[in-house]
Amino acid sequence: MEVPILKQGDFLIATVQAALTDADLLHFRTALIQKVVRCRSRGVIVDVTSLDVMDSFASRTLREIAQMIRLRGAETVIVGIQPEVAFAMVQLGLKLEDVATALDLEEGLAHLQQKSESPA
Amino acid sequence: MPRVDTDRSSTQVQEEYGGSAERTKPASVLLSELVAHLRDNRTQLREEWARRITEAQLLTAMNKEEIFAEATSVYDNYVEALETGTFEALQAYARNLSERIIPRGVETHEVVGIVLLLRDVLARSLFAKYQADFTKLNRILDAYEPAANRIANTVAVGFVQERERIIREQQEAIRELSTPVLQVRERLLILPIIGVIDPQRARQLTEQLLRGIRTNRAKVVVIDITGVAAMDATVANHLVQTVEASRLLGATVIVTGLSPEIAQTIVNIGVDLGKMNTVGDLQGGIEQAERLLGYKVVPFAEAS
Repeated sequence: MEVPILKQGDFLIATVQAALTDADLLHFRTALIQKVVRCRSRGVIVDVTSLDVMDSFASRTLREIAQMIRLRGAETVIVGIQPEVAFAMVQLGLKLEDVATALDLEEGLAHLQQKSESPA
Repeated sequence: MPRVDTDRSSTQVQEEYGGSAERTKPASVLLSELVAHLRDNRTQLREEWARRITEAQLLTAMNKEEIFAEATSVYDNYVEALETGTFEALQAYARNLSERIIPRGVETHEVVGIVLLLRDVLARSLFAKYQADFTKLNRILDAYEPAANRIANTVAVGFVQERERIIREQQEAIRELSTPVLQVRERLLILPIIGVIDPQRARQLTEQLLRGIRTNRAKVVVIDITGVAAMDATVANHLVQTVEASRLLGATVIVTGLSPEIAQTIVNIGVDLGKMNTVGDLQGGIEQAERLLGYKVVPFAEAS
């Protein structure tokens, strides 16, 4: 299943709409890191609101995406992790260290905006 | 609980006593004779019973008139249960009675005690009445005892069940009260924790906090554990997990009020608190949260 990646000003917004297979995830990763440079984006938001399960592979891939995008000169924010999913992930030890997270799309955009206004 | 199976007891009684033709009367007739006797001597037996209750210093939470009034209705219900052989009405009455007397501090032993006293008072009056005819007394007691024991059982079980129901309700209420998630400013929640945290409470706390972060769109949460006396490894780990789960929802957690004992425990058991944001007291925690959110609190005089 294809994950739509939309350009919104300086940012890219990718909304994961259903559970992805491992192959889908890898495809998504490739598409995203290509597009981030092509669109000259400064930030990427990955919205996982509709996911009610996050396994270790998905979690690791999200972390890799964030690291790769950082190498490509942009910021990543994961938004919309459900409370139950968050706690399940933590119990499994999937903590998404060093990856920015936000409550929802709006918060994520605000976070990126703030980052790009005051580059740390 | 044991279901009160009324049919079985009466048929059993009839089989045992009514089946033998050479005996004079079937058990049901004896039982109605018994009930008639109890009805005739209602006033006197009731008074005797109330006197014995006072004597035994039971139901000290109630005054004389109340004891007598309750004794009257218990007596009537008791006789009715003996007569009809059905215990539903008595059960309902026992529950209702328990509901009324439990808040006044009546103990289980008192309730069981008074029912047993009534049984003894009535048995004694039967002894007195049939002392001349020993065989008949025996057969009357045969009819009386199982029913009387059944009644005592029903009342005691009803009382204990009512008590357990109240305890369950209170536990539920305490659990609800024990984890308030409060919003102090826009996007700032505080979660004061008081008392002992067991794994179940810890889980509930996490659930409420994560839900609270979502509904209040919180960015910063201050968890204050000043009121927590001790913490074991499981709960400490759970706290760390809660902090991390909150971060996944985009909220920063500040933990305040770690007591010296808890600080020592946590270091000793080696829970990794490195990534946890801790501040000495609740005030400091809220101040830091305000800084994170970009608030600045200034006195009026300075502001103008």
